[in-house]
Amino acid sequence: MKTIVNGFEYFSPKTLEEALKMLSQYDSEEKEFKVIAGGQSLNLMMKQGILMPECLVSIKGLSELDYLNYDAKEGLKIGALTTHRAIETSDEIQKNFKVLVEMEHNVSSTETRNYGTLAGNFCHGDPGGDPAPVLVALNAIIKMASVKGERTVPAEEFTLDYYETVLGHDELLTEIQIPVIPPNTGVYYTKYSQILGDFALASAAVSITLDDKKEKCTDVRIVLGSVGSTAMRAKKAEEILKGKKITDELLVQAGQAASEESDPTDSVEASEEYKRELVGVLVKRVGKEALERAKKA
Amino acid sequence: MKQILQFTVNGEPRELLIDPKKFLVEVLREDLGLTGTHWACDTGACCCCTVIMDGKAVKSCSILAMQANGREVTTIEGLADGPNLHPIQQAFIDNWALQCGFCSSGQIMAAKALLDENPSPTREDIQLQMDGHLCRCTGFNMIQEAILDAAERLKGQK
Ligand SMILES: Cc1cc2nc3c(=O)[nH]c(=O)nc-3n(C[C@H](O)[C@H](O)[C@H](O)COP(=O)(O)OP(=O)(O)OC[C@H]3O[C@@H](n4cnc5c(N)ncnc54)[C@H](O)[C@@H]3O)c2cc1C
Ligand code: FES
Ligand code: FES
Repeated sequence: MKTIVNGFEYFSPKTLEEALKMLSQYDSEEKEFKVIAGGQSLNLMMKQGILMPECLVSIKGLSELDYLNYDAKEGLKIGALTTHRAIETSDEIQKNFKVLVEMEHNVSSTETRNYGTLAGNFCHGDPGGDPAPVLVALNAIIKMASVKGERTVPAEEFTLDYYETVLGHDELLTEIQIPVIPPNTGVYYTKYSQILGDFALASAAVSITLDDKKEKCTDVRIVLGSVGSTAMRAKKAEEILKGKKITDELLVQAGQAASEESDPTDSVEASEEYKRELVGVLVKRVGKEALERAKKA
Repeated sequence: MKQILQFTVNGEPRELLIDPKKFLVEVLREDLGLTGTHWACDTGACCCCTVIMDGKAVKSCSILAMQANGREVTTIEGLADGPNLHPIQQAFIDNWALQCGFCSSGQIMAAKALLDENPSPTREDIQLQMDGHLCRCTGFNMIQEAILDAAERLKGQK
């Protein structure tokens, strides 16, 4: 069995304030430390010897960050310790942000979703993660805190590269904010994987907003997952749809554009070429469903 | 450096001095001798090692033992009442839902968490919630039958 090779100390601060102080202190002492939430990604990285911290700061006990708040004006606020499962089973989210529930059904198994957090998934920065494309499509805002204060960035700017985010070493993601979905808007997400619960070979989230007559597309966001170093907007594909009456033909063209914009790599499961083909098909199908939803919205 | 782990296992409070790099499955099997929790893929991909922590099914190979500090863990050893098997265990036997038995403790613990939360699941509920559990022997039909049967047995008990 692959047990962790290096030893570490394990700390469990009780409040956010205490946690942030601890991070700031270790940072100034140049200690090798990692924050652990559910550990559903981190523990595997340690087993594989990819990460070998000297200490772990567990934030799972910070119950002040375990919440879901919905307000019809302000939208949804998800505390950093909210599990995938809490999101998946929330009636309020099912009613107002159905796409989040659909996305969560795709994340690994119930056991992982019971303990892993949405924020932890996003902080992990895996380009194959399911939440990132959806959060970017929904215009989410990411709130972070350190002893120096709080700041926010759009979800789109949060991930920089493979497993790299804008988070400072002494910073915690504290809240994910999702604005109310605008009127006449439909959002959908699908991934393609070998079996349900596996990481995606390719995924796409599409948000389409129509004008009041529900004819022309006034705004669109097409976000691809697993086919680049981060979740990425397919901006050329978006340009093809913007301002137009969206037809099947136009969706095929948008799919082709997205396929060219994507930047997948060969893996054991599929070649680069195959993944590019998938992107085209996914954008067309997901776009079609988003369009239907926008018409009904 | 070892650290103190205090948690409740199958209703009994436990205090151990452990290396914090140990996973829950290691402490259960090696320190507590509870070898009913099986350990297979070790990468979170098969759900063999599933136990219940604070009412939720979790993978003990993917959780550090220290993450269970202060929590309540139930393993397969905690289900039977003396010589009497738990109705879910009996339903697994009666429905031929196990052959080699390697995946069974994980399946049964996940089924327990599922039935505690939803006493009347549909077959689809079971498929969705148990989809991470791999079985090399039985095919999944008998397992689903066993869980549906267990749900009836548990309702009959009340
Ligand atoms: C078998 C398996 C299959 C999986 N399949 C999928 C899948 O199909 N799709 C998918 O999207 N994911 C999948 N995952 C990954 C999993 O969903 C998430 O990445 C996991 O839930 C992360 O949450 P966590 O709370 O466990 O984070 P952790 O593992 O604790 O942390 C992950 C990283 O984020 C950092 N971090 C966590 N929280 C914070 C915070 N609040 N502030 C700052 N940094 C933080 C940690 O330091 C660490 O670097 C899978 C995982 C496993 C084990
Ligand atoms: S042994 Fe834990 S999931 Fe396979
Ligand atoms: S009974 Fe053998 S693996 Fe499931």
